[in-house]
Parts: sequence; C-alpha cells; structure tokens
Amino acid sequence: MLGKTAGSLFWMARYLERSENNARLIDAGFRIALTRSQTAAAEWKSVLVTAGVNQAFQAAHGDYSSARVIDFLLRDPANPSSILSVIRQARDNARTARTALTRETWEAVNTSWMTLVALLKRQVREDDLPDVLTTIRQQSAQVRGALNGTMLRNDGYHFALLGTYLERADNTARILDVKYYLLLPSVAHIGTSIDNVQWETILRSVSAHRAYRWLYGAEISALKIAEFLILYRQMPRSLTFCSERMENHLNELQRHYGEETEARRMAYALVHDKLNAPIQSIFDGGLHQYVTGFLRDTANLARQVERDYRFVE
Amino acid sequence: MNSQEGETRPPYREYCGWFEAEDVARIQHKAVQAEALFRTTGITFNVYGAVDGDERLIPFDVVPRIISASEWRRLSRGIEQRVRALNAFLYDIYHRQEILRAGRVPTDLIAGNAAFLPMMMGLDPPGGIYTHISGTDIVRTGANEFYVLEDNARTPSGVSYMLENRETMLQMFPELFAKVPVREVSDYPINLLKSLAACAPPACGGTPTVAVLTPGIHNSAYYEHSFLADHMGAELVEGHDLRVVDGRVAMRTTQGYKAIDVLYRRVDDDFLDPLNFRPDSMLGVPGIWDVYRAGGITIANAPGTGIADDKALYSYMPDIIEFYTGEKALLPNVPTWRCSEPEHLREVLDRLPELVVKEVHGSGGYGMLVGPAASKKELAAFRAKLEANPGNYIAQPTLSLSTVPIFTKKGLAPRHVDLRPFVLMSPQGITITPGGLTRVAMTRGSLVVNSSQGGGTKDTWVLED
Repeated sequence: MLGKTAGSLFWMARYLERSENNARLIDAGFRIALTRSQTAAAEWKSVLVTAGVNQAFQAAHGDYSSARVIDFLLRDPANPSSILSVIRQARDNARTARTALTRETWEAVNTSWMTLVALLKRQVREDDLPDVLTTIRQQSAQVRGALNGTMLRNDGYHFALLGTYLERADNTARILDVKYYLLLPSVAHIGTSIDNVQWETILRSVSAHRAYRWLYGAEISALKIAEFLILYRQMPRSLTFCSERMENHLNELQRHYGEETEARRMAYALVHDKLNAPIQSIFDGGLHQYVTGFLRDTANLARQVERDYRFVE
Repeated sequence: MNSQEGETRPPYREYCGWFEAEDVARIQHKAVQAEALFRTTGITFNVYGAVDGDERLIPFDVVPRIISASEWRRLSRGIEQRVRALNAFLYDIYHRQEILRAGRVPTDLIAGNAAFLPMMMGLDPPGGIYTHISGTDIVRTGANEFYVLEDNARTPSGVSYMLENRETMLQMFPELFAKVPVREVSDYPINLLKSLAACAPPACGGTPTVAVLTPGIHNSAYYEHSFLADHMGAELVEGHDLRVVDGRVAMRTTQGYKAIDVLYRRVDDDFLDPLNFRPDSMLGVPGIWDVYRAGGITIANAPGTGIADDKALYSYMPDIIEFYTGEKALLPNVPTWRCSEPEHLREVLDRLPELVVKEVHGSGGYGMLVGPAASKKELAAFRAKLEANPGNYIAQPTLSLSTVPIFTKKGLAPRHVDLRPFVLMSPQGITITPGGLTRVAMTRGSLVVNSSQGGGTKDTWVLED
C-alpha cells in the first residue's frame, strides 16, 4: 500500500471521528446553554477550547453567544474544525484513498458529505439543532457500519481504525483537560457532591451518561467519573479502551508487514505503563499533569505512525 | 433510430417494443434514481472556469444507443486499421521519417509542432507501442455513413462513463438485458491491465507492477483515474509518491520504495518530468525521462504521441493510413480546411457561417465556433481571430449528424450524438471494447456533445450476432 494511501485512510477516519465528537460537544454545550443561561458563555468557551478552536473563534467573533458559537462549530469556513470543514476533509481523504476503500465505504462517506452539505447550507435554527446533530451522528454510524461490514481486515483497515481510536482518545483527554478542575474539589473534600449538571455534561459529551448509571448507580463521585473515562476498559471512549485498540491495530500492522516499529512500542508503553495505575494515584500525581502528558504521548504516537509507515516523504 | 422512411431501424426494434409497453412515469422515476446513483458513486466532473460548478454530474440519458453486429464489424475494422496506422506513423516520425521524405506529410507540420517531442527520436518504446490506449471519435450522417471526427491518442477519457453507464442500466432495467442480446463491456479494466502488462520494459523481472499516475483529486477526470486503478487492482499514484531509486521509478509504500514497471499516466507530456520538461511542474517525477530512455519503465501512452492527434495532422490521415497499410481508409475523414494554407483560409472566411472552426491544439469543445449557431457578433470576433493567427485553426463543414432518441418529460425526442470507442494496443494485438462512450447534445438541435459544454452520455449497445 502507498504511504500516502495509508495516511489518507488514517486521516479520513480521524476526521469522521472528529465530526461525530464535535456534534456531541455541541449537544452537551447546547443543553447547558438552555438550562443555565448565566453560565452559557463559560460553557461555550470550554467547548471551543476542547475543540481546539477558541483562538480562531475569538479572532473572528469575540462574544460567546449561543447562535454564533453553534454556527462557528457547525459550518464556518474560517473554522478548520467545523463539522462542514471536517466532513469535507474526510471526503477528500476518502477520494485520495478511493482504491483502498470498498464501494460501500466510499459511498457511505460520500453520502455523508452530500447530506451534511445540504443540511448545513444555511444557518441552523436552534429548534432544528437536535435533529441536525442526530443526523450527523447517524451519518457517522453509517460509515462505521460500512467500514466494519465490508472492508478486508488488511493494512488499510488497521490504519483507518488506528486513526479512529487516536482521535477518540485525544477527544476524551481534551474533555478531561478542560474540565479537570470540576473534578478536583470534590476529591479533596470527600462527601461534597460535585455539580450535577456539570458532571452530566462531561458524560454526555462522550455519550456515556446512561452507561455510567448502569455501572455506578446513583453514586456520583469525581473519582468514579475520572476512573470511568480514563481507565474503564469496557467504556468505548475511555483512554484505556482507545489505547488498547491502538496497540492492537499496531500489533496487527506489525504482523502484516513483519516489521518492528517504534509506534507499536510507544502504544505498548501507553497501555502498560501510563494507563496501568489506580485512579487514586493518578489524582495524587495531579490529574491535569496526567492528562496533559497523555495528550503529548498520543500526539507523539501519531507523528511516529506517520514516520514508521511513510505517510509523507 | 428511425430510417428516412420513418420506420424503426432493425437494431432498435426489440427495445422499442419494450418501451411502448412501459409506463412513462416508471421510466421517469428510474431516470431520477439513476441520477441519485451517479451522485452517490461520486461520478462527478469538474467544470473549469465555473465558480459554483466545483462538481457536476454529466447528464445521463436512460435510452441506450444501439448498434447492430454488422455495423459494429465495419466500424471496428476501420478503427483497428486507423490505430495501427497511427502507431506506425509515430514509430516512423520518431525514427527514419519516411513519410516526410516521401512528401506525403509536410515537414513543417512536424518540426514546427509543439506536440512533437525531439527527445523521442531514435527511442524504441517497450514492445514498439506508442498508443496503448486511444479513443476514436466517430459520427454518423446516414444509414451507412460514418466519419471519423478525431483521433485521441494522448489520454482519452470517458471510459469510466462507458462502464458506469452500463452498470447503471443493468441496475435500472435488468429485464431489458434478458430481452436484448447486448455485448459485454465490463472486461475493459482487465483487458487494460493485460494490455499494459504485455508492454513491460526490459528491466521488469517477474509480474509487471502497473500504476496509474493522476494529477490528483482536483483534476476533472480524477474519478476515472481512481476507477481504473481500483478495477485493475493497480496503485493510483501522484508525482509526490514517486521518485527515481536505483535506476527505476519507484513508489513510496508503507514499507519503502517499490519499483513500477508500467505507468499509465494521465498527465500530459509537459508535466511528466520537471528535470527534462517543464521545470515548474509538480505533477511528474524528476528523472523519469532518463529511466524511460534506459528501458527502466514503460510510459503509456508514450511521450510524444500527441503529434498523432493534432487537428492539423488529422486532415492527412487518409494519406497516412494508405502510406503504412497500403489500403484505403475504411472510415472516411470529415473534409477539412487547413487555415494555415492561404487558399483554404480564403474559402473558410467566405463560408464562415456554415462551418465549424476548431483550434488545432484545442480539446473539450473550448474555443470552437459553430457557424450556423453563432451570432453576427461572434462570427465577427472569430473572423478577427482567424485572420490574426490562421495556422491555429482548421475548419470543417457542418455535418447533418444522425440523431438518436433521448428520454424527455414529453417522451422520446431526437438528439445528435457521437461515439468514442476505446482501443487497447499491445504487442499481442488490438482490443476494441464493443460500443464505447456515446456523448449526446442534450439541447434540441445542438451539435456540441462535450461534457464541459453541457453534453450528456448514454449507454451504448452493440448487439450480438
């Protein structure tokens, strides 16, 4: 497989995952903005920071009104991470890697792009927003279904899934990075409950508020939430789950090519050192430092994959 | 579809029987479905110079164009003769130039031609093949009258439409194919792969590695490039995926550089090698020319083939065919005035409102004048262009092209069409896919079938014997 093709599959999957993640962030932010208008601006800011586009937003707009932020996140061409920008980049990468995709997968990506371009042609009205966000997530699910159902389990598949999990791990870590301070006081003062709406937002932004209840019942504790998002192996957006998947796909690639890579070694270290710690010790060492370290490690891992598999010259 | 007496011509009889029994609303519905299918598949076309026209569909018509077995036999014999002659002409032009010595083609036309590549002189392309892939544009003017409009010997496009049109028809109207015996076209990609592999260079050891070179996703024909690579199971490469390694052109794979034996390039000669041709080109591979010279790679089509599909040279095709094959051309040329010749120019200027004038190096229907359809102002402007640079133009009479039916909201309606069969050539022989791409002028009375000018396409059926 061409290095460029491998890179395009990796990035196609990253962008698709990003579009879905951003839809979830908007959904969570929108809920808070509706129910707590006094904290709406702060909440939107943290959504923008999580998406990594706060500076771009500030430069273009400045004031955090819901309508502006939502439009910026959904369709602003000045925002390289807007849903519209991201789906276009996903499709461009899919076109570049067209020969490595099944017809079903390509058509799912292309349909996704066509649907979202039509959907986001005009500014979305607030009462239409929930439907629009649902459509974005459904489109993403269709692509995933086509990919899982029709792609040969060869190198191309593993590059795509590697991209998916890397992007997802990065997203969950960013949410923690922005919201970590909410989790801190309640750990220090055992027994004080954390802000209900805030923790729901965190869980909602990874589509896991229900799953948390199944697992922990009514017990809401910062330690448990952090453990759930960082270490819980069955939670498909936790750092551990994503990192184990990354390690697995890098193992498969190593088997496929019969060539030891530095990236695989790094993923191994991520799973078996970094994430192999009880949650209390992660808090003791500083949650923020821990998450920042994780973000740095995954960024390095992404660069190493690019080098090991010659995505670019 | 109908003869001059108004009767349905024999190849259309079965189809018409089916059509008359069909509900028009159902066909209308299918036509809409077909369009959605094309969009989902991503068979889109970029129109240069259009702001909002980033990606458009070429209109697809659901009524097939039908060619009888005997008509096809005649056409394919004529096409094969023509492609053989073109290849022999190219070999000659880049070697001893007998045809120039014999005075059958003027030397100026070659020496002063931008498409002539002096660097190809004396070079033997692997297998002796120049035109691995070509497309011959043919029009029909009567029951037994066909003319060749032009020979496309550089990088003819449209073959993916030929294949996707058939695929769409099979999905929309499967029952039709049980009624009418239509010859298959779907083995084109495999034939292309075999044909290219049969032209592997001396440096190739083992099974030849074939790759398709594209300018990238923003090129108007990108869909076709990826389609062909996909269906051949070949890699689709861009210039920046390639470099010269140990005397071979190699592509950057996830495991390092791997040599390519045959490169089906869909970029023009000028952009192939920035070291040897245009230094500003980002599309090609620095040093590929030196590898080619040394027999390290096959480039398809060979560099310099453009000289053979030059529109000024076109008018000499009957002579060229006779010179190399010893036979008369089986398919006639359209009579052509070469504006570079003063007498021809005078006649063209006199009869401008009734002629079609084309640029010698133009393609895609850009920069041409259709006299009968032009306004006085357009005629005057073109007259000025012609007088300023006559050598840049040729002119042809407006042919009374035959029509075939298309499906409109008001039922069937006649439109003008042309036909581009695709021809593969290797040392093992010539393969012509039965049928080809039928392009259709979607506006009533229009003669311009180019997709960049709003033309459409339809499936082309060659009937079994």
